[in-house]
Amino acid sequence: MAKIIVVTSGKGGVGKTTTSAAISSGLALRGHKTAVIDFDIGLRNLDIIMNCERRVVYDFVNVINNEATLKQALIKDKRVDNLFILPASQTRDKDALSSEGVERVLNELADDGFEYIICDSPAGIEHGAFMALYFADMAIVVANPEVSSVRDSDRILGILQSKSRRAEKGERVEECLLITRYNPERVAKGEMLGVTDVEEILATKLLAVIPESESVLKASNQGVPVIHDKESKAGQAYDDAVARLLGEERDHRFVEVEHKGLFQRLFGRK
Amino acid sequence: MSIFDYFRSNKQDSAAVAKERLQIIVAHERKQRNQPDYLPKLQRELLEVIRKYVEIEQDQIDVQLEQNDDCSVLELNIVLPEAR
Repeated sequence: MAKIIVVTSGKGGVGKTTTSAAISSGLALRGHKTAVIDFDIGLRNLDIIMNCERRVVYDFVNVINNEATLKQALIKDKRVDNLFILPASQTRDKDALSSEGVERVLNELADDGFEYIICDSPAGIEHGAFMALYFADMAIVVANPEVSSVRDSDRILGILQSKSRRAEKGERVEECLLITRYNPERVAKGEMLGVTDVEEILATKLLAVIPESESVLKASNQGVPVIHDKESKAGQAYDDAVARLLGEERDHRFVEVEHKGLFQRLFGRK
Repeated sequence: MSIFDYFRSNKQDSAAVAKERLQIIVAHERKQRNQPDYLPKLQRELLEVIRKYVEIEQDQIDVQLEQNDDCSVLELNIVLPEAR
């Protein structure tokens, strides 16, 4: 049985694609056969984040329209075995994602032995975002500690609880929260919503807190998902997230302000 | 910034303001979320009918649908102006 996980948020620019790339790479690094699908039809970006933008021949919509087989469209990741990317189409209209077509592709992936299918949702609550979450068993809701993002996350949670296939069957999508661009120093100064505030407002289980980090931009510049950067806090936080997804208990790191010693203050790097 | 501002400590944390605002709007939106789509229209039409007799404003009428296990209760609250 494949587990379908949607990475969603409502608001744009909060780190859905970065998270999809990191989580799917992390699952594959731990030996699980994983597919990651870009649902952002017309604005494909997962390919460039994962450095396979020049290897795209066929896309998700081609497969749905039977213009290519799934095997032809899946791009094998160059860094990690067991990881395959299904890119979004760049030109077609977004209604090309039919519910039957999406379901067929997901079933085919499950039949091919994929253990995890990560659906990278577009921003908004339009058709593409709806298709990305509809079949999900689990949802990772990505939020920034900022009012508009938290509000939009709550709307997405509402949609998951009422419009998803699981909801229609009277079941629940397993929801969890992933907070990105977190800055403990600003939280300590009362300038930014804290983890517990966001958890409390959304009443959703916390999966991970990804600290604001220069390594995230560096990773996307280079097309290397940030989870491969084992030195960086963001990379380590994503690694913790993957471990928790697989049932491991891990404490949340990078949530508190680090107290630097005098030596570090004088000579330490950022 | 003057030196007096530095010692003045009555400013509220902006994060606390954000949390309070979010709690209010999220609670409000959750309440509306579970309601059928026809409620806003029903509210407007009720308003028109009532206005034929009493002058009231949009925000003086509140329509809620409460779901219980075996029945739904449509609750209608209208604040009438003081009788003159």
